[in-house]
Amino acid sequence: MADTTSKSYYWKGFRDGTPFIFVAIPFGTLFGVFATEAGLNIVQTMAFTSTVFAGAAQFAALQLLQDQTPTAIILVSALAVNLRMAMYSASLTPYLGAAPMWQRAFAAYLTVDQSYACSIVQFEKEPKMTVPQRMAFFVGSVTPITPLWIFATYLGAVLGTRIPESWALDFALPITFLAMIGPMMRTLPHVVAALVAIVVSLLTAGIPYNLGLLIAGCAGMMAGAQAELFAERRKATS
Amino acid sequence: MTAVDPVTIWSIIIGLAIGSYSLRFVFIGLVGDRPMPPWLLRHLRYTAVAILPALIAPLVVWPTATEGQPDIPRMAAAAVALSVGVITKNVLAAIFSGAATLYGLLYLLG
Repeated sequence: MADTTSKSYYWKGFRDGTPFIFVAIPFGTLFGVFATEAGLNIVQTMAFTSTVFAGAAQFAALQLLQDQTPTAIILVSALAVNLRMAMYSASLTPYLGAAPMWQRAFAAYLTVDQSYACSIVQFEKEPKMTVPQRMAFFVGSVTPITPLWIFATYLGAVLGTRIPESWALDFALPITFLAMIGPMMRTLPHVVAALVAIVVSLLTAGIPYNLGLLIAGCAGMMAGAQAELFAERRKATS
Repeated sequence: MTAVDPVTIWSIIIGLAIGSYSLRFVFIGLVGDRPMPPWLLRHLRYTAVAILPALIAPLVVWPTATEGQPDIPRMAAAAVALSVGVITKNVLAAIFSGAATLYGLLYLLG
């Protein structure tokens, strides 16, 4: 019985993750094209995309590589771009931390913006889900995009054609995430957290190594937590 | 296309693969089901709604494709995608209306 419900949560995750193919296909292709232009061969490109598995950090590393940046700086900068993965890992731990170690090790590999965004919405909406159900949902949410991301990278690297700029594929990522963020605005503290994060991210956009993102993220989280405390206190006194 | 030194490329690939995996594993793998303090959990509840907008906001205001020049079609598309998402709670509807706005305005404003 438990197995059946886990299976249905896997497919629910799969459906919820499907919209992100609109991110995975254009960005995987762009990465393949960009990597070829930067001088990587097919084996290097595919090893990169399937082991690092994090679009933004991969683009950052290639950009710096083309600018003749020293290897150590490239590594530090690209990992700074990926620091948010540690925050996702922390945020998922209360929900998935009780799963067996091999499953957690596997889930860590699959922790990307998309699987995190889908799963956290679902886990908050249905707090009664069991750990196996949550794990099934999480893996389901990343199933549609993982093979497509890798396949799209391959296509981009092989075709190597420049994608016409008029397609404006650069904007697939912002639109898809904004579409995802809308439904997350469930309470006032959520809105406060998002607004503070947006304002701080714009103010700190000039800081190198993408550190503004982390400053803005922390500011948003603190604002959300404070707003939640404030709302609880008001409820308690009224 | 210039050939890049393979040692450099493989150091970057391997270093990033190990580093990225460690960042993802650090909490879920090492903390596991040990309880975390309530103040930390309260902050973690807002990770998604803080980090994701902070990731997107600079891309909307200063798009890479226009070399950082604010762009009406992209801002409008962002506003539409967000509003439709807030109102309908439907992710696909929000994506398609945002994309339609972007292409419509790019076409009209040429």
